Amino acid sequence: MSEQLLSDLTVFVLAVLVGFEVIGKVPSTLHTPLMSGTNAIHGVVLVGALLIASTADDLLSYVLAFVAVAFAAMNVTGGYVVTDRMLGMFRRRREPVTQKGSRP
Amino acid sequence: MSDFDAGVRLVHLAAAVCFVVGLHLMGSPTTARRGNLLSAAGMAAAVLATLAVVVHEGTITRTGTVVLVSALLVGGAAGLVTARRVQMTAMPQLVSLFNAVGGGAAALVALDDFLRLSDGAGVPTRTGVAATLDVGIGGLTFAGSLVATGKLQGVVTGRPVVFPGARLVNALLIAVAVAAGVVVVADGSVPLLLVLLAVGLVLGVTLVLPIGGADMPVVISLLNACTGTVVAMAGFVLENPVLIIAGALVGASGAILTLLMARAMNRPIRNIVLGGFGGGGGAAVPASSSGLPVREVTADDVAMQLAYAEKVLIVPGYGLAAAQAQHEVGELADLLEARGVDVAYAIHPVAGRMPGHMNVLLAEADVPYPQLKEMDEVNPEFSRADVALVVGANDVTNPAARRPGTAISGMPILDVDQARSVIVLKRSMGHGYADIENELYTDPRTGMFFTDAKSGLAALVASVKTLVG
Repeated sequence: MSEQLLSDLTVFVLAVLVGFEVIGKVPSTLHTPLMSGTNAIHGVVLVGALLIASTADDLLSYVLAFVAVAFAAMNVTGGYVVTDRMLGMFRRRREPVTQKGSRP
Repeated sequence: MSDFDAGVRLVHLAAAVCFVVGLHLMGSPTTARRGNLLSAAGMAAAVLATLAVVVHEGTITRTGTVVLVSALLVGGAAGLVTARRVQMTAMPQLVSLFNAVGGGAAALVALDDFLRLSDGAGVPTRTGVAATLDVGIGGLTFAGSLVATGKLQGVVTGRPVVFPGARLVNALLIAVAVAAGVVVVADGSVPLLLVLLAVGLVLGVTLVLPIGGADMPVVISLLNACTGTVVAMAGFVLENPVLIIAGALVGASGAILTLLMARAMNRPIRNIVLGGFGGGGGAAVPASSSGLPVREVTADDVAMQLAYAEKVLIVPGYGLAAAQAQHEVGELADLLEARGVDVAYAIHPVAGRMPGHMNVLLAEADVPYPQLKEMDEVNPEFSRADVALVVGANDVTNPAARRPGTAISGMPILDVDQARSVIVLKRSMGHGYADIENELYTDPRTGMFFTDAKSGLAALVASVKTLVG
């Protein structure tokens, strides 16, 4: 087992534990935005997709790189934008609405 | 390691910190938005640093640059447009769609790296293992998430699709995948890796098709966890820590979310994954099949009762989400509040089409979140409520859950039957997801208002205005 693999494994296991710890306490109110937010985070595969695009040099690898980069970019931008849209709607207080004539 | 490489690694580390802190901030509604922005900032930094690497290395060909830039633009635009345009009710399928492309991207990254290594120096075992898992599970996640999207969107039937021998076929497919995986790891065979990819894709379809539409949120969460793991595997293949950290985070949080959801729905994960439960659409049953009488009420009756109540608890459910009636319910609550009625929403953990989905829908209708009460917080309040107004919720209000021996026994429910009176707004006596009679409906204190959520609530708003406005 190489040193690189050992250190990668260490990082992986610790990150899994952090993930369990951070998410365990979130109220169900926020589960939908949270699912969407974590969904955006795995768009980090874009980093990997960019790296394979940087060494592509034949038709097959160009095609693979194109699809991988496009998919990952869609995952990242869409994921963050839609999560932000959802969370932007959560308000503590109602903004003043023009509602008159209902009080007796 | 050069200074440049070290700098890039540090930026990637900072990005990982942003992801963790961002997720932590997303645990509370007051800080959630900031948390998501922090996470997005980390992502932007990681991607920019990687682009700097691409430029710095200088190995990218001219065609490669065109491919990279055009793919970024196409993918980014597709993500942006769908995210901006999507209706809040369609949120679950969008999450699933983004999940599909993420899983697909990870599988392709691993595939590409594997092809390159097998051309040259040969594939080291560690890369082989990671790439095999990545391609197999990545394919499964991609196809499975697409099927889930289709089911929620109504393109694929929401009913469980079960054919005889399906489990045997799946078991065989899994056996083939495992065998192919072992050979790929042992001697770096490219054709068998492609076989593995194909089997993964097929399995994605055959595993998700038999699962009913209402279980889809749990499936999406599970697939989300799979994608996280797949991305971490891609990190192992590319020896890239930020992929490993982010992937592991998502894998772990997805697993926790899946468990929390399954618990709230009172459905063991195993049952969900094996499938075959739940009609999705739900057949309409015209009358109470137990033969007990139900009391039917009109919009005016309900409006009068609501307008003169002191405390009203609204229980929104799947029916409200499906009818997109969140604005109407918000308007009714505003109207009642303006008359001095104490109004709050009782939110079951799985109300809507996905846990937490109802909160998003009501937030869209400008309902302030302190008015949305979670089950444990609101249950003691039912006994003090004059009216519990149930809009399109069914199984989560059924008192039968407190007794052993029913399909929903043990499921946590809202104590709607403790309220002084109950109004149920519903299209018919049709059964809920668990397909059993709701005893609440035949309770003498319950009035049934048979209507579609959207037009029913609009009628209530109009009645309150004309009767007492």
